[in-house]
Amino acid sequence: MRSSGFEVLLSLNNLRRLMLGLCGTLEIAVVSVAVSVVLGVFCGFAMMSKNRAVYGLFRVYLEAFRIVPILVWLFLFFFGSAIAFGANLEGWFVSVLVFSLWGTAEMGDLVRGTVLSIPAHQWQSAEALGLTPWQVRRFVIIPQALRRIAPSAINLVTRMIKTTSLVVFVGVTDILRVGKQIIEFNMMKNPMASFWIYAFIFIVYFILCYPISKFSKRLEAKWER
Amino acid sequence: MRNTGRTRLLAMVSALVLLAVLLAGCASGGTATTPTPTPTATPTATPPADTTPAADDTSDAGAAVENQPAGAIADIQARGKIRIAVFADKAPFGYLDESGQNAGFDIVIAKRVVKDLLGDENAVEWVHVEPANRVDYLESDKVDLVFANFTVTKERAEKVDFALPYMKVALGVVSPDSSPINDVAELAGKQLIVIKGTTAETYFTNEHPEIELLKFDEISEAFQALTDGRGAGLAQDNTFLFAWANQNPGYTVGVGSLGNQDTIAPAVRKGNTELLEWLNAELKTLGDERFIHKAYDEALAPVYGDVVNPEDLVVEGGVL
Repeated sequence: MRSSGFEVLLSLNNLRRLMLGLCGTLEIAVVSVAVSVVLGVFCGFAMMSKNRAVYGLFRVYLEAFRIVPILVWLFLFFFGSAIAFGANLEGWFVSVLVFSLWGTAEMGDLVRGTVLSIPAHQWQSAEALGLTPWQVRRFVIIPQALRRIAPSAINLVTRMIKTTSLVVFVGVTDILRVGKQIIEFNMMKNPMASFWIYAFIFIVYFILCYPISKFSKRLEAKWER
Repeated sequence: MRNTGRTRLLAMVSALVLLAVLLAGCASGGTATTPTPTPTATPTATPPADTTPAADDTSDAGAAVENQPAGAIADIQARGKIRIAVFADKAPFGYLDESGQNAGFDIVIAKRVVKDLLGDENAVEWVHVEPANRVDYLESDKVDLVFANFTVTKERAEKVDFALPYMKVALGVVSPDSSPINDVAELAGKQLIVIKGTTAETYFTNEHPEIELLKFDEISEAFQALTDGRGAGLAQDNTFLFAWANQNPGYTVGVGSLGNQDTIAPAVRKGNTELLEWLNAELKTLGDERFIHKAYDEALAPVYGDVVNPEDLVVEGGVL
């Protein structure tokens, strides 16, 4: 019991497994973030629609993903779809699907809020200058919206990365799960292993998320000019 | 304006490319993280041929297979692989060893079952589950079999079909050698450490309200409290206590068996009688050759040492 437990991090095998687990985390995070950013823009513009039915539909979709915990959505697609329709979806696919749906909804709302926050005179002046509707968006609205959306979009991305730890419940192996497996294997002879493994995972998540928020700061500063 | 717009676009595109590269790097490594770390030695071709004699050994179940050619077992054989839910973080019953391979008491028995069903012990897809979602995995037909230290309870038996048990557990109390607790009566007026949400907590709350309980959320915290001398003893599943006491000199499991004896059994999806009957016959065959004892020697004896009598744990052929 006197061992410091640090040696669990010196084992190449353990490190390799943790890194493979990290890849599991990253795969889901990167795919769903990419999907969310692209679809989120379309979703955002759709939510600005004057058509009340379209707006209502997207509103329900957004609120559904905001109110119902992500874990419940994962279970719904993973177990629920199998029990109800016999559709046996892979855990990985379910994770990407749920995270993309969630990200798209949140991103859409951010896009909507940001674009609406741009003063009406910007639209009007641009139109007065004779720009086409597409040119108004491309050269006047989107550049300003991008700058305003950056902080909250980055916030959403880091939140999505952190929330991927839920995927273990649908059978996907991520870094947290690998960590737990290593801790449990060492539980009897090395009770301090948990401290080091969790410390390591903490640092990994930090390394993952910190540069992203740093990057957004620089982006903001650059666009501020 | 056009110019800055273009650089911005360029920056975004390059960021996306960077992400794609990162992803591609992961994809090659990531495939290894799918729930089958065991290198499966091309089982598809051989099993059906090997299986027939194995199924015939277990006479009555063999007949059932022939009566329903399109049944659950035929499906598994056609697939060439059986999906078994196991634990990946409950040493020594189901865990991953240093190299990330499935190992443990449950796995040793499950592998033998796979070998007898499909002729190759590697013709299996290990699905790693959590205690709370074992029933869901069976109900949604995501696994054929659960071999994850599944304690038989009335509530669970309504949702899944349990086969014959291969193990039994009861509660135990571990205490320091300096002031051993050899009987529950000795605990009156003293503090007993328990872990929240365990059968130990429920048992002592209902049956021995006179004993003061000191409750902890995590196993590691609870054992730390015991070694710090904050309680007279610690109550938990006896199997786990035996293992812990064996690794920690100065502590003994003074009360070895307490409360209701629970059994641990594999389970199949509710209504999958074909697989259930085959499995029960298989467990009887294994009992005849005392295979569960062999599994004990292989997976549990190194951890439990001499302090545990295998007869307190092992159930052969489902006979308690």
